Amino acid sequence: MQQTANGCGFAPWQDPNEEPLIRFEGVTKKFGEFTAVDRLDVDIFKGEFFALLGPSGCGKTTLMRMLAGFEKPTEGRILLDGRDIGPVPPNKRAVNMMFQSYALFPHLSVAENIAFGLKRSDMPKTEIPGRVDEMLGLVQLREFAGRKPHQISGGQRQRVALARALAKAPKLLLLDEPLGALDKKLRQQTQFELVDIQEKTGTTFVIVTHDQEEAMTVATRVAVMDHGRLIQVDTPDRIYEMPNSVYVADFIGDVNLIEGNVASTEGERVEISWAEGQPLIVGSSASPLAAGTRCSFAIRPEKVAISAERPPDAVNAISGNIHDIAYLGNISTYHVRLDTGHIVKAQTANSRRIGRRDFTWEDAVWLSFTDTAGIVLTG
Amino acid sequence: MRRLTWFNVTALTLGFAFLYIPIVILVIYSFNASKLVTVWAGFSTKWYFELMRNEAFLNAAWVTLKVALASSTAATVLGTMAAYVMVRGGRFFGRTLFSGMIYAPLVMPEVITGLSLLLLFIAVGLERGVFTVVLAHTTFSMCFVSIVVSSRLATFDRSIEEAALDLGCTPFDAFRSVTLPIIAPAVISGWLLAFTLSLDDLVIASFTTGPASTTLPIRIFSSIRLGVSPEINALSTILIALVTIGVITASLVSKRAIMRQRAEEQRAAAT
Repeated sequence: MQQTANGCGFAPWQDPNEEPLIRFEGVTKKFGEFTAVDRLDVDIFKGEFFALLGPSGCGKTTLMRMLAGFEKPTEGRILLDGRDIGPVPPNKRAVNMMFQSYALFPHLSVAENIAFGLKRSDMPKTEIPGRVDEMLGLVQLREFAGRKPHQISGGQRQRVALARALAKAPKLLLLDEPLGALDKKLRQQTQFELVDIQEKTGTTFVIVTHDQEEAMTVATRVAVMDHGRLIQVDTPDRIYEMPNSVYVADFIGDVNLIEGNVASTEGERVEISWAEGQPLIVGSSASPLAAGTRCSFAIRPEKVAISAERPPDAVNAISGNIHDIAYLGNISTYHVRLDTGHIVKAQTANSRRIGRRDFTWEDAVWLSFTDTAGIVLTG
Repeated sequence: MRRLTWFNVTALTLGFAFLYIPIVILVIYSFNASKLVTVWAGFSTKWYFELMRNEAFLNAAWVTLKVALASSTAATVLGTMAAYVMVRGGRFFGRTLFSGMIYAPLVMPEVITGLSLLLLFIAVGLERGVFTVVLAHTTFSMCFVSIVVSSRLATFDRSIEEAALDLGCTPFDAFRSVTLPIIAPAVISGWLLAFTLSLDDLVIASFTTGPASTTLPIRIFSSIRLGVSPEINALSTILIALVTIGVITASLVSKRAIMRQRAEEQRAAAT
């Protein structure tokens, strides 16, 4: 997974003196008996590209709609630049939103759609055409200015929606599943355009998505949500490499989970007993653990090596048989059945075009990984 | 299966005959030279000229037009407002009761609507005339407008209105500059429906009208009681012609609009 350019060196969340642009303070939102957002605290900083990631129904859309002003928190406060925006209606907020359905006005042309918000702002009438042209240039739609929304393609509509939401130069731009309606190729290309536009305008973006790859590609920080709560808020690489819970490890990417008990600890190094008659697994933990604690050992398939012989210097080595092979072109995933019945996935990159397939079904193999490759989780 | 079998042709012929033979006979006899409606005495357009000199019919036509214009416009405003609240107003106490009550006039016998309105006008001491007929027509036709408009509102992407609010519109501005243009076709067809309902209403108008404000249906009905005159045939033929032209124009315009939109969408998808 890659980091965006502004991920390096841009880390206002680590600076204790930095004032957040948005602060959620104990925000709860209930719809009748159902709690959509549950006592949530989070700070979002100026210039961030902040992704809210979670399965449908986790409360991420409610959180965004509270920022836009379409829902009011049941409890708690939302501060924008230090001011409580609870009582401010949507039309008075310096926040704009790009809707999942794009919500373009079908009776207005592309240029009129972009000008719609400007006409209702305090911008002088004479400056509006210039600003509209600037936005059309930003999203490369100058030649489509006069068309109606139904006369342009899906990808172009998405860009009109973005230009319209950015035209008023909001302090905060909300994007609700902005690329959900596009096909995969176009989506990947548009992700980079979004990052580009975010950097060019310097606007703070909050994006809601259920697509983890999208969140990892565009965001400076990703917030993983479940049942109205934030499980982890961190940079994409830390979310992937240092998940704080089994939920996050399992939600982001592919992972092998092995349950066991902490046998002994030495600093970050943790030994886990996981099955009778099997050697202890050595992994690492971010927090100190007491011996005997029930835990899960989480390791990504690409960090598990597969070989015919036991690697002599491997810290962790387990034997098993190949149960299944998934050939995906760029990589192959081997599903290895251990003697204990566990299935562990190991990935290898297919770096040679016509490689010998080293292993086939039912082959006896060894899986090995270093002592820092896997992480020990208790949550 | 898509063939014209004898069965299909027969069914089609019978159906259309059932619908249109009465109208065709009426149109033919409007060009009859004889004063006797049932005896053909050669082609003539004299009844159309007679009609033009008939003050009573011309006055009634003028009253009907005024009533239809005023009542359909008022019904459209009220019906659209009611539909907006029912579809967009969220849940409030008694919502189901209210939405049921809006549609009640659809199934209410016209005689009862007419009678209750008459009693109301007498109770409040309103003198019966054009104004009371307008009120009565507005009352019974607004539920039709409301049905047409609310079905359009229900299929309309709510986030378009939210986008308008988000871009700085007050709720009223959002309704005026976004919702209304989008539901305009439904509002217009609601208006047309209310207009035609008002044009041909006889029962409610006869309950609520006064001596100086006879509408065309009432005039036609009362002169029929004195015997069918060829003038009425001529008048009916003119009405049929107007309605036919209106319907054909409306459907051609909407068909062309749909075809243009489809072509544009195909072109957009191709680029």
